[in-house]
Amino acid sequence: MSEIALPKVDRTIVSKKDLIVNNLKQFTDKKNVLSELDEIRPYETDALAAYKNLPLAVVLPENTQEVSEILKFCHRENIKVIPRGAGTGLSGGALPLNDAILLGLGKFNKILDIDFDNKCVVTQPGVTNLSITHAVKHKGYYYAPDPSSQLACSIGGNVAENSGGVHSLKYGTTTNNILGVEMVMMDGTICRIGGKTLDQEGYDLLGLICGSEGLLGVITEVTVKILKNPQTVKAALIGFPTIEDGGNCVTDIISNGITPAGMEIMDKALIDATEKFVHAGYPMDAEVLMIVELDGTKSEVDELFKQIKQIAEKNKSNSFKLSKNEKERLGFWSGRKAAFPACGAMAPDYYCMDGTIPRGKLSEILKEISRLSKKYNLGVANGFHAGDGNLHPLILFDGSNKEELRRTEEFGAEILKACVRMGGALSGEHGIGIEKRELMCEAFNDNDIQQQINIKMSLDEKNLLNPGKVYPILRKCAEEGRVHVHRGEEKFPDLPRF
Amino acid sequence: MFTEEKKNSQIFQDSNHLSPTSELEVSELIKEAYKKKFPIDIHGSNSKKFIGYNVQAAKSLDFSSLSGVIEYLPEELYIKVKPGTLIKDIENILEKNNQELSFEPTDFGYLKEGKSNKGTAGGCVSCNFAGSRRFKVGSVRDFILGFRGVNGKGDIIKSGGTVVKNVTGYDLSKLVSGSFGTLVALTEVTLKISAKKPSQNTIIIYEKDPKIISDLFNMVLSSSNEISGAVFVPDEPKSKKFTPNKSKAFKLNDLDQEGAFFAFRIEGDQNSIKERIKDISNEMDLKKYKTSNLDIYQSDLFWKSINSLQLFSETKNNLLRAVVPPSKSEKMMSFLKNKYRYFIDWSGALFWIEVPGDQNIKEVKNTIIQNDGYVTIIKKSEDFEFTEKLFTIDDTKLMISKKIKESFDPRGLFNPGKMYKDF
Repeated sequence: MSEIALPKVDRTIVSKKDLIVNNLKQFTDKKNVLSELDEIRPYETDALAAYKNLPLAVVLPENTQEVSEILKFCHRENIKVIPRGAGTGLSGGALPLNDAILLGLGKFNKILDIDFDNKCVVTQPGVTNLSITHAVKHKGYYYAPDPSSQLACSIGGNVAENSGGVHSLKYGTTTNNILGVEMVMMDGTICRIGGKTLDQEGYDLLGLICGSEGLLGVITEVTVKILKNPQTVKAALIGFPTIEDGGNCVTDIISNGITPAGMEIMDKALIDATEKFVHAGYPMDAEVLMIVELDGTKSEVDELFKQIKQIAEKNKSNSFKLSKNEKERLGFWSGRKAAFPACGAMAPDYYCMDGTIPRGKLSEILKEISRLSKKYNLGVANGFHAGDGNLHPLILFDGSNKEELRRTEEFGAEILKACVRMGGALSGEHGIGIEKRELMCEAFNDNDIQQQINIKMSLDEKNLLNPGKVYPILRKCAEEGRVHVHRGEEKFPDLPRF
Repeated sequence: MFTEEKKNSQIFQDSNHLSPTSELEVSELIKEAYKKKFPIDIHGSNSKKFIGYNVQAAKSLDFSSLSGVIEYLPEELYIKVKPGTLIKDIENILEKNNQELSFEPTDFGYLKEGKSNKGTAGGCVSCNFAGSRRFKVGSVRDFILGFRGVNGKGDIIKSGGTVVKNVTGYDLSKLVSGSFGTLVALTEVTLKISAKKPSQNTIIIYEKDPKIISDLFNMVLSSSNEISGAVFVPDEPKSKKFTPNKSKAFKLNDLDQEGAFFAFRIEGDQNSIKERIKDISNEMDLKKYKTSNLDIYQSDLFWKSINSLQLFSETKNNLLRAVVPPSKSEKMMSFLKNKYRYFIDWSGALFWIEVPGDQNIKEVKNTIIQNDGYVTIIKKSEDFEFTEKLFTIDDTKLMISKKIKESFDPRGLFNPGKMYKDF
């Protein structure tokens, strides 16, 4: 496993483990408190599996009151708390700490209210993203954000990471699709933000909580907006001979005033990998493949595809295939959606990056990634949510080779630094977690980060809720770059830690 | 002390009306205010000055001179501007590339002085009041990609950027939207822009029964025809307490201003509009009603009138802005009857209600809150009783908001008392 600086372990807390576990059993059913090694082992990592760490204990509360009691207790006793949804996060946001309670929201798994009159669903946070759509599809509705892990990821986790998906180009990310939350602050205070109304008055606390990576409160209920299914959905597969042509086509489609429901780009490596894996029928002569999906009325979709075809031809496309039916459309997507397992079949491990760039820099970043691939002597396959400039390079490596893992991490960090240089962001939808924490200094200076930490400290003055995530462990951004230390041995013990 | 710093310190000392022209100057002036514990009234062109409580501050920081477009990239769908840039100017620039601010910033100019004044970009973000497309595309806060600004200690800070997907630290752009200048003095905002639809039509349905109107709103929200605006304008009350405005506000050839009407807007290319109107006619069974159709020019004027609140032009009464779950619109209409002048936007979710100065505002507020809504008192009549709160907030949220305020502005210098009496 990889090693990363974590907040200093409070040995006093660790030594009081039995007492803490017994205390926790007062607040919820005994069976919901796990402390034996074989019980807590499954919680040692999230989907960023390169990092593992055991929690002090795991507690799985069943209702908001229990969450409140647990947090109140931890606040009083100075015990750190790591909230966790389904554990599908890719930035290590739910990585446990040895002196922290892992608070799992898995038992919050019920949909509470389906309100078709107000076009919303009130749900507990442990409900999966896709099951919200399943609950409303009989009346022709769906929940718009669709992260690739939607089958498994929880809606509470989506709020924490502000998850997007392939359709966020037109429909926005989680923050644009939720109406309210109930959350519990670190001191146990239960707070309702928003409800079934659009917007809320006063400070936009909903906007603050969304994407706050579990640092400000524990979400115990979410109200999401649901949308009516579009009348027509069609997709086109468009092949290009060069990266530049594909990149220019993305920019031209957007500049022509077309907002596709989704617009994805795959490079040659990913086309080859996925074609071998699922046989989606992708054109093998393309250097770059674009999937464009449009939705709306039939005549509008047909008209816009005519325009897109012209734009693609202007950009030297060498193939254009429009889906004739729903089966074919889903077939087009099958390759893109199999990108992760396809890469898994090509190498023992892969490392999925997540950065954003202005759309116009697409070919520039692809060239830079290709240069870095040679520099680090590691293979890479690129999938992009091209419409909103969100890229997911998949670096192929062998995790059992420590040196290769080190090169992989550096390669990844260099990609993200390039994104920031080109005017983009360190993360489009996976969050910062522990993975990109030290890179925050690339995008923000001391003042920016200090302001964010001040907000955190105003709501969690003891820094007990998910500490060690998002913000650089080394306070001063002059201490730039990724921190590698041996576990438990921090480099600068005298610097303040957040 | 650097010469520049010295100069700013002197300016701060000598004048009560400060008009900075650079971010650095803003930072220096606020550092000075922080040192001397001077509260500051932060404002742009004052087009929405009347909203909220009056700020008691010795110094005023006027951002109208800090204006201009920093960067406009039509193909990247964003425009970066200084806070004092007029919304009107931004819209004119975007228009040249067939682009727009699709959240339709509310124009409070008619309310204040009988003519259009959309104010500045900074003011628009700080107030977060979005127009008729809100239920379809989002609010102002959904269109802020990033900002730069100065906090209450004088530190220059930034958040977000220019890309739409960005999960790097807390989304402070959201927090700053609707904070009425109490958290950050904005020095730069990046707005997400959208392509303007080639055409639009508005269908008017002459109907006033609350149950039918509420059903029509529900049909709009349930339709897959991408309706981008739906309003109900009832009869004007006969009472002399209201200056008749309706016929002037909606003076259009194809709109019969007598009586109540429901209206919805469809945007897109002309074929798509035709196709959708046909489909909606079936969905809503439009043949049952007396209807009319506003072409692109009339439709454009109609929504401008709605989004500039021309119905309440220069009113001396109180004006309330209430947001409720759309299913509560029928109950709200039954309560309001023709006792108050009002209209409904956001397909049943937003009520603009005019309450004469001598009428009990409490009764209206309670009804809104009982219907799970919230209310802001936008304009106050001369005899407004200031014991009445202007914004709705519960104790827990007030406590959290106070802590957040302190994290930005520890000495409480920015627009003290603007939103809540406590800070």
